[in-house]
Amino acid sequence: MKFFRSLHWIRNLQKKYSLMILTIAHKELKSLFTSSLAWILLALVQLVLAWIFLGGLDAFLKIQPQLIQLANPPGVTEIIITPLFGTAAMVLLMVTPLFTMRLIAEERHNHTMTFLISAPISMTDIVMGKFLGIMVFFSAVIVLVITLSISLLAGGTLDFGLLLSNVVGLFLITTCFASLGLYISCLTVQPAIAAAGTLGALLSLWALDVTINNSNSIAQDFSIFKHYENFNRGIIDTFDLLYFVLFTFTFLVLSIRRLDGERLRG
Amino acid sequence: MADNILMQTISARNLSRDFGSYPAVKEINLELKHGEVLGFLGPNGAGKTTTMRMLTGNLAPSSGSIEICGIDLLDKPGAAKLHIGYLPETPPLYHELTVNEYLLLAAKLHRVDNTNISSALDEVKLQCGIKDIGNSLIGTLSKGYQQRVGIAQAIIHNPDVIILDEPTVGLDPNQMREILSLIRNLGTNRSVILSTHILSEVTNVCDRIQIMHQGQMVLNDSLSGLKERGIGLDEIFSQLTLDKKSSEEI
Repeated sequence: MKFFRSLHWIRNLQKKYSLMILTIAHKELKSLFTSSLAWILLALVQLVLAWIFLGGLDAFLKIQPQLIQLANPPGVTEIIITPLFGTAAMVLLMVTPLFTMRLIAEERHNHTMTFLISAPISMTDIVMGKFLGIMVFFSAVIVLVITLSISLLAGGTLDFGLLLSNVVGLFLITTCFASLGLYISCLTVQPAIAAAGTLGALLSLWALDVTINNSNSIAQDFSIFKHYENFNRGIIDTFDLLYFVLFTFTFLVLSIRRLDGERLRG
Repeated sequence: MADNILMQTISARNLSRDFGSYPAVKEINLELKHGEVLGFLGPNGAGKTTTMRMLTGNLAPSSGSIEICGIDLLDKPGAAKLHIGYLPETPPLYHELTVNEYLLLAAKLHRVDNTNISSALDEVKLQCGIKDIGNSLIGTLSKGYQQRVGIAQAIIHNPDVIILDEPTVGLDPNQMREILSLIRNLGTNRSVILSTHILSEVTNVCDRIQIMHQGQMVLNDSLSGLKERGIGLDEIFSQLTLDKKSSEEI
């Protein structure tokens, strides 16, 4: 009986907390979509990706006659969708700083951080709410990429396993980008500095990947894009999953700690 | 005694805050009863805003304790903050939201019941005189209206303690009078801390004053007490807050 009562208590607590996280996420999305930035970038991202997609489709149609002669030819999913998701990750890397820069830095810049801190919610609610809000937005980008891929069904079949692995990979790498951007946004008052810092950090991660020659080096284990490549090829490995989850978790915790520490430092 | 504790809405003891080696607030005590309006005075840089940020949980004190309605702010910030409404020096407004959207957000964040939200919104808009601008974007409002929206977000959850940091800065004399009468009304059934350096505001609305100077509380007295002793507010303010050197020059 006592056990049940304690369960009930936990559920109430969950309800309370998730509600606050949802309230913050909702506010974040509202602010995002009232600015034209979100719409313009969504349109531009879609334009770029559609271009890549059509280019891939064109190439596929050209080499299709030769593919038929192969014993085990690569399918349309491998030739068009895999490169599309590879590019989508790069494009998301480029646009992430523009969205994450405002998360905390702009609140500080506009003096609205006080509004959130004075409310009876914890820093965890604020950070998680903001992260959830931005991830809902990025999910919209990912849904657009999925829609592009699915449109191929009009002319053939797809390898849905490979598509799923790509979607999971793209989602996870985006959580990494977003959490890193959120953390860097916690470090400064100027949104532009947060954007520059995040872009720098993400490009360094990319540069790390490009410069790895030795396939057995430890650097490879730390490279975010090497882990994404596996998803891209259709391999869902627990090590890769763990890497992405830990990466995101680390930067979310660092963000919460940073904001909590601020009350102490002033 | 029990009544006494219930009546006490804020009780801060030996509150200190250092920024590096610079002590911004030194061992101050601050107590506030239900239905009392406290005028919180002091020259610029005296530590008023720092004190208020500590009282609202925006800044952790270096030492000392804060109780809001008997709840320790440092132990249970969530429960204690429910009782506080805070308007900082710069009103914390989202310029891209409408007044209604913003107040709705404030109500939700302060855990106003879903069933009461719309009535709370109506009431607070009526109180602050922003009934007709519910659908305007906050960014398009004049300074006076923005200040009122700022006050509205501070009182929407019906807090026991309202802390206002220079709420009349930048307002024209008419707006100032309206805001002050609003504060006076709020003070009848809640406690209000009003920080300002306009002394006439204080004599109009406050029951008690505390003066801070260089991080220390140099006066804590009721206005009627000062009046009885025939001491003017202007006089005692300059006496307490001018350093000896500059007062000699005068």
